[in-house]
Parts: sequence; C-alpha cells; structure tokens
Amino acid sequence: MAAGRNISVSEASRPKLPRHARLKFDETRKVWVILAPERVLAPDEIAVEVLQLCDGVRSVGDMADQLAAKYAAPREAILTDVIGMLQDLADKGFLTEAREKTP
Amino acid sequence: MSDILAEGKTTGGGAPSDGLAILESQRSTAETFGIPLAVLAELTHRCPLQCPYCSNPLDLDRGGSELTTEEWKKVLSELAEIGVLQIHFSGGEPTARKDIVELVQHATDVGLYSNLITSAVLLTKEKLSALADAGLCHVQISFQGNEPVVADRVAGLKNSHEKKIEAAKWTRELDLPLTVNAVMHRQNLHQLADIIQMAVDLDADRLEVANVQYYGWALKNRAALMPTIEQIDETSRIVEEASVRLKGILAIDYVVPDYYALRPKKCMGGWGRQFFNISPAGKVLPCHAAESITGLEFESVRSNHSIAWIWQNSEAFNRYRGTGWMPEPCKSCEFKEVDFGGCRCQAFALTGDAGNTDPACTLSPMHEQIFKQAEREAAAHQDRFLYRNFAGGTLETEGEHGA
Repeated sequence: MAAGRNISVSEASRPKLPRHARLKFDETRKVWVILAPERVLAPDEIAVEVLQLCDGVRSVGDMADQLAAKYAAPREAILTDVIGMLQDLADKGFLTEAREKTP
Repeated sequence: MSDILAEGKTTGGGAPSDGLAILESQRSTAETFGIPLAVLAELTHRCPLQCPYCSNPLDLDRGGSELTTEEWKKVLSELAEIGVLQIHFSGGEPTARKDIVELVQHATDVGLYSNLITSAVLLTKEKLSALADAGLCHVQISFQGNEPVVADRVAGLKNSHEKKIEAAKWTRELDLPLTVNAVMHRQNLHQLADIIQMAVDLDADRLEVANVQYYGWALKNRAALMPTIEQIDETSRIVEEASVRLKGILAIDYVVPDYYALRPKKCMGGWGRQFFNISPAGKVLPCHAAESITGLEFESVRSNHSIAWIWQNSEAFNRYRGTGWMPEPCKSCEFKEVDFGGCRCQAFALTGDAGNTDPACTLSPMHEQIFKQAEREAAAHQDRFLYRNFAGGTLETEGEHGA
C-alpha cells in the first residue's frame, strides 16, 4: 500500500489532487469538473474554491484561515466543513497528501 | 458532489449512479444530445492476445484500414473542441500502434484526460515512461486470472500474465494510477478473491470486476464462459465484502452479468445518449458492438461530416435514441427512461431485431428462454475456447484445454 492512499484529513494536512484527478473548467458546459478514471465529477462552487487551495503546500488550517477571513465566518465551523468535504474526496481516492519533500 | 459518468457500472453493488443531468440541466436531453464527456478510441484491432470474450467485432478491421496518425490527431483535436473531456485509448491493443506516445501527447496538448486500456504485454518500462511524460493520466491493465496457468490459457498467449504483473509494477513505480480490469467468467470466477488480493498487492487504485457481456466473440464462446447462478451469487458476496473491507484502499466497480438479472442494464447509458466510440477504421459507433447490428449504416470520421454532426444527426445514432422508437413492452414501461430498453446489440443477437426489448429483461417474452439456456450452458462444461483472431477464430486444442 502506497503512502498517500487512504489519507486522514486533519488541520495539519497539506492535501492536493493526485495525478489521476484533474480539476478543470469545462468551457463547453461552463462548469468546473474533476476528471478521474472512468468518472467526471461536478464539484459545487464551494468545493471548487477549496480544491483550488489544495496545492500540496497550504495546510487545511491555512485554508480555514483564508476562507474565514474572506467570508467573515467562524473559523471552527469552516474548518469542520472543509475537513468533512476533503475527507469525503479522500475516501473516494480523489485527494492525496503532499509528500515530505514538496517540490 | 455527484458522479456524472458511470458508464453502466455500479460501485459496491449499489445502484448505477448517473448524475448526467447536472451537466445537462440547462437543456433537456430529449431535445439536444449533449456531446459525451468521454469517448473510446479503438486505435487498432491488432492484439497479441486471443481472449475468447474479446469485445471487438468478429469482423475485425485489418491494419491497412486503420486511421493514420494524422487522422487520429485531427479526431482528437475535434473531440476536444466539441467538448469531450476524456479519451480512452483502447483496441485491440493500443500500444500495437507505433504512434501511441505521439497520440497521447496530442491528447494532452489539446486538453484531453487520457486513459490507456491495455493488455500490457507489449509495454516496456521505457515505453511506459514515455507515455507518462506525454501526459498519460491513467493506466488500465486487463488480467485474465491471478496466476499464469488460467490467465495464459484464457489470453491464448504464453508468459502474458508474468508480463502484465511486471508492467503493473512499472505503472506504480512511475506513479501512474492503475486500474486492474478483470474480466470474469465460469472458468476464472473461482479466482476472484485472489484477483482482488492481487490488485491490492499491485497497489492498484481501482479494480473492475466485469462479468463477460455476450456479444461478438463472447457470444461465440458463451457455452465455455457462462457462469452458474451459484458462482454469480458467490461473486456478489465476495465483491460486497471486499468493497467494505477495502474502502479507501481499493475502489471496486462491479459489472453484473445480465443473463441472470431481472432488469436489463442501461447499456451505454442509453443508445446515443452519453457515449460513442471510434473504430480503428474511423467509424463513429454508439457502442463497440454496434457494427454487429446488420442494416445500420455508420458514418466515418473520413466522411465529409463533422463528428458533432454524426453524433447529432446520423441515422444510426437517432434510430434507437430516447424512447420514441420503443415497441411494447418497453413503450408503456415505467422503467423505460431508467434502462432505455437495455442493450440493442443483445436484442439483435438474441432476437434478430435490435428494436426488440433486451431479453435480459423479465418483461421480454424471450427472457425465460435465455435464462434457461444460460443455466444449461453453465452446467454442460463445454470448456473449449474459440480464440479470437483475424482468421475467424481458432478452436483450442484438447491438450490446452486440460490445463
């Protein structure tokens, strides 16, 4: 079993999309999509915003800070939502964690 | 978040997910058929394997009729332009094409997500590495069993299993995501639990457990392939147990065999509704078996029509599109927009008319008959294969079949 599979998302995680999951704006249908093996997912607006922050460098905590400031919302609630959403993606295999040596 | 492309597969034994509506919400599918999200490019029918259940037609396209590199590149550009997002490179064996790296690179250049569906026996580590550098997103390797005795016999090629294992390891070494594709039938279903473990050991991300669908070569070999009901019950149990146990480790997609089902599969998501493939010679087809339906004319990318025009306007795509073409019992059936009457190719193969209800459906007058036939064939132990090849097939010798 490879590292980066079956990850548990926490405040300290620095998640990113794995090679086989590509976030892309579909020009024809005017929606954001995640391209994955044999599947195309349609993330909602919030998911897209969070996924765009998933660069393998930012921690989940950093994302919550950023979103809490942007939406003037309680950080704790945002953190819980973000972790829930990312864990769901991770369980489906569409999220991985940056390796120790981030390029 | 919802799946919007399931291609008729179910995950973990649940209901097929089809959120296609999300992308088509602005327009009714009945009015305008949106361009499919994914297209299958059958680059060639040439293949070193001779699997008796091959999904290619009996009448294989010869090497000389294949689209050229430039023609395929033009097709890829056109597909990306009209809104296709994913391209599955398949065959035959797609790596039998000398230009496979060039075609993957072109797919990447025009923004397509690329998937290689391969037998893997022609791959070298260098070739795979070049494909990864060209932007390949995903590799799908077919396995015929979990060990060489059964696997090499089914493939009709010595040492094929060993080569596949090697190629699967290179795939993961290159950090490419791997799907193990296991085609299951009476003569290898006893290996299912071991195949699942093999997929875990190979560090695969996904496993497709696909029961054979009976068209073309598989239909010719049906007596040698048809599982027993007991095997299918056991299969479902093993898949369900493994899906739970391996959650987060290995995703398992399960394609059920429809002869024993009560309801037909929503084949291709409905004829001409969300999928097309392009044959080696450039025909644009509603599914890879569609050419088996005689009397339908399929347009080619070599014609003066655009691919979008063929999808929207050609006679073959419109013949069985939607629900208007349906006779009874489909016409008044409450499930007609759930399964779209099942599979047209199967209806043609088993009833002689592609417009009939798929006999996999209990409402088909032929259902009982095909169910009984499947049971009989499964019990008869006629195990010899007719191997797939360009010569119309070669019957397995007695010695081989004892393996």
